[in-house]
Amino acid sequence: MAYDETYGWLLNLVCYLPLAGAILTAFAISKDNTRAIKWFATVITGVDFLLAIPLWLLYRADGAEFQFATKAAWIPSVGVQYIFGVDGFSILLIMLTTLLGFIAVYSSFTAITEREKEYYIFLLLLQTGMMGVFCALDFILFYVFWEVMLVPMYFLIGVWGGPRKLYAAIKFFLYTLVGSVLMLLGILALYFYHGDGLAAVGLQGLGLGNTFEIPVLYQMAPQIPGGLQFWIFLAFFVGFAIKVPMFPFHTWLPDAHVEAPTAGSVILAGVLLKMGTYGFVRLSLPLLPEATVKAVGWIGVLAIIAIIYGALVAMAQKDMKKLVAYSSVSHMGFVMIGMFALNAAGLRGSILQMINHGVSTGALFLLVGIIYERRHNRMIAEYGGLAKVMPLYATFFLIITLSSIGLPTLNGFVGEFTILIGAFLHSWTWAIFAASGIVLGAAYMLWMYQRVFFGEVKNDKNKGLPDLNLRERWTLIPLIVIAFWIGLYPKPFFNLMEPTVNRVLARVEVALPRTPAQPAATAGAETAPEAGPHGHEVGGE
Amino acid sequence: MTPSGFVPFLPEIVLATAGFLLLVAGIPLGRRATRQLALAAVAALAVTVVLVLVLARPGVAPHSILGDMLVIDRMAVFFKILLAAVSAVTVLMAAGYLERSGYGGGEFVSLILCATLGMYVMVSGANLASLYVGLELMALSVYVLVGYFKLEARSNEGAVKYFVLGALSSAVLLYGISLVYGATGTLDLAAIRAQLVALPDSNPTLLLGIVLVGFGMLFKVAAVPFHVWTPDAYEGAPTPVTAFMSVGPKAAAFAMFLRLFVTAFAPEVDYWRIILWLAAAATMIYGNVAALTQDNVKRMLAYSSIAHAGYALLGLVAATPMGTWSVLLYMLVYAFMNLGAFGFVILLESRGYAGETIADYAGLARRHPGAAAIMLWFMLALAGIPPTAGFMGKLYLFAAAVGAGYVGLAVIAVIMSAVSLYYYFRIVVQMYLRDGEDVEPAHMLRDRWVEAMIGVCAVVTLVVGVYPTPLVGWLKALSLV
Repeated sequence: MAYDETYGWLLNLVCYLPLAGAILTAFAISKDNTRAIKWFATVITGVDFLLAIPLWLLYRADGAEFQFATKAAWIPSVGVQYIFGVDGFSILLIMLTTLLGFIAVYSSFTAITEREKEYYIFLLLLQTGMMGVFCALDFILFYVFWEVMLVPMYFLIGVWGGPRKLYAAIKFFLYTLVGSVLMLLGILALYFYHGDGLAAVGLQGLGLGNTFEIPVLYQMAPQIPGGLQFWIFLAFFVGFAIKVPMFPFHTWLPDAHVEAPTAGSVILAGVLLKMGTYGFVRLSLPLLPEATVKAVGWIGVLAIIAIIYGALVAMAQKDMKKLVAYSSVSHMGFVMIGMFALNAAGLRGSILQMINHGVSTGALFLLVGIIYERRHNRMIAEYGGLAKVMPLYATFFLIITLSSIGLPTLNGFVGEFTILIGAFLHSWTWAIFAASGIVLGAAYMLWMYQRVFFGEVKNDKNKGLPDLNLRERWTLIPLIVIAFWIGLYPKPFFNLMEPTVNRVLARVEVALPRTPAQPAATAGAETAPEAGPHGHEVGGE
Repeated sequence: MTPSGFVPFLPEIVLATAGFLLLVAGIPLGRRATRQLALAAVAALAVTVVLVLVLARPGVAPHSILGDMLVIDRMAVFFKILLAAVSAVTVLMAAGYLERSGYGGGEFVSLILCATLGMYVMVSGANLASLYVGLELMALSVYVLVGYFKLEARSNEGAVKYFVLGALSSAVLLYGISLVYGATGTLDLAAIRAQLVALPDSNPTLLLGIVLVGFGMLFKVAAVPFHVWTPDAYEGAPTPVTAFMSVGPKAAAFAMFLRLFVTAFAPEVDYWRIILWLAAAATMIYGNVAALTQDNVKRMLAYSSIAHAGYALLGLVAATPMGTWSVLLYMLVYAFMNLGAFGFVILLESRGYAGETIADYAGLARRHPGAAAIMLWFMLALAGIPPTAGFMGKLYLFAAAVGAGYVGLAVIAVIMSAVSLYYYFRIVVQMYLRDGEDVEPAHMLRDRWVEAMIGVCAVVTLVVGVYPTPLVGWLKALSLV
């Protein structure tokens, strides 16, 4: 089967450690002992990150599809199982989640001054919810985690958010909930189709019954008739597109981002948006290849609209946080276009760009939060000449800005370049539109940087602002290190995701009208093992 | 009939006896010893459950008793245990409430036991006549319970509205039964089914009878368009009664609904399914949309209970084995999450009808963080968010609808359950997000019994949500026919 259960306990530990931390905090620490609460949460998330590192080191690219697996019965009478397991792609996202979780907790020490206990409990619960989504390989388990994480995020926005927090919080919750309940119907349709699907591949009569097990459903995917695939794809699409968010489902994002506290924005941009793209790569593409291939055209159009529209709206923003929020719409459009190019370069770039976006945008929100904490104002017009007052802050901000707009030697470049190659291989019009997004991105980011940091210090309130303190530096340094690492030597990242990329493409290609040989020369992954499109993983069909 | 023929009827006999004894004992003790009377009622219910379990011990095949009037099968046992639990929780929640109200408790516990007796007959009836008798016994007891606060205008208003409309619906139901009898010549459910199987029939008299029976049942489960009594009756009734009638009679009515339609009238499914489809869609849409604007918590929960009846109707529309057992599971889940939510309304009713408006929940999280967290849990459960039992319940209902091919109805159901989150979270917003502003934190009563019952409900909602395995396995083996 597709599982390797070695070290399965480790994955469970990584996933549930924050939950245990939240329960301990709730019952064992008094709410007045804020210092203990903060440090306890920091230690828990820090240890969680350290525990996640062995997942990467122990992952074997030539091993089973899903490693560190746990497989147990949950509700056997209806075929629901408890299945955890990760491949290189989910390991990357788990690393990102644990790192950003740690940073989110550590960056909140002074930003959150009331109801700290509940705040850290919700942050920890959110961590478990998000990681569960990346670990779960049973549809119902996946759905449970998918919805569970909405609740803590709702509270993070709703309790500790800005002036319009109530509106933003419920809007976030309802948008994502509507998307996810429709996804649930898609899941159920797959579940009930499975019986017929088994018969089609000659597996009936083995007592397998209906199942929610994702790897089993992969095997039957090519048998699903096109009409059904279309409807299931549509149901999944609504769920994932709202999360990404794709144009025109993006309207919750600016509200949620602007009102959320800094740590909430970091997690929201860094991890929650990746759930949508994760869903596409893990579920939509391999499970519904025919519908995916048919959807390429209009998803490409929506992604291009998101790239250009997001960038143009970002350019018009007066509020720094809103600007970063809209830049997310644009960047996630890149991720989508790379993914739906349906070739190795595009998918690699898309996955890498998910990580890049988590790192760069997470760092940008942190930086905006830092200045907001000092001035309680995020309007670009309020600032100017900050480079003189806060030189270190300006330096960090510059690095992250450049990373976000894709300057070579930084992470954004590698991701965007790989995506552009993939887009070009698919259609040169895609590549042209996508490239114009990069230009616009450079424009709005650099323009903001110029207005905030250069020139004379005009506003007296900005004169005495303190530069970054030690804690703030340490929240940013890991992200900057990763930005340079990916920019200079992305190979470990590409190697980690390679098996996933090959498998996903092999599963999609059964529905492609032609079977093109994938061009071997793709940037950033020169040594990628060229597993044929119909390699060993398609067994069982 | 020999006296030994009544042995399988012992649970009901115990309930009836205890009901009468407590009514008599309540005359001298009603005001002073409310809590003792409640404990006595719980003891009677416990004895009943033990008898139910003994009579349906493993190895005893489903069989009918008392000349085929009642049947003892898995569904009957399930509902009998569930209804005994609902009644016990209600009585324990009500004890302190009645003490504070000064209305006394003898009649209250007696009426609850009588209603429970009626519901027992409803869930195990195998004959249109016995089903109707059970339904009327339940309904009459609940009419009185709604008007239990005889000096409160709202209580009286609710009772009168409920009674008038309830009597009308019973008449409709009875007329439907008589038409079915006229067309088939029998009142026995199995015989009706056998006859319909033998010659599928589109005889208009029969169809009209089935439709009228359906209307009567839709009234009893508070489905649109027969729901108009619900908000007023729920709002006016004493809160423990509201809690009880929103779960107990509803569960019993669904049991009766299943017995009538999924067994007896099953061969005519193509005729009645369209009506239930429309009723389910209308109920889910109307219940959820109307609940959005309610500022009175009891009224909001009334509309929410209408909406939940709509979800449960999905299982009947599916008319598959999965549809049936998912309705049963949902009745259990809904009973405990709704009772838990009403428990909080009771605790907040420190002065008269205070604690009923949504604003009374403001700042609850600050003064009572634990209580607020549990209330949040119930709200999440009612909205169907995992890992609560509310999600598990809805999952199977939706799955049954999708599995039977009613995807359109399932789409309505999931969209509406997303809508429902908005009004449940209006309470959450008050508890958690309106803190530190210009509000006086809500004041809660200390009533150990209610707190304990809320705890029980929370645990059930958690356990069924996280590990429903044994329950689902047991229910899945259930067969109605």
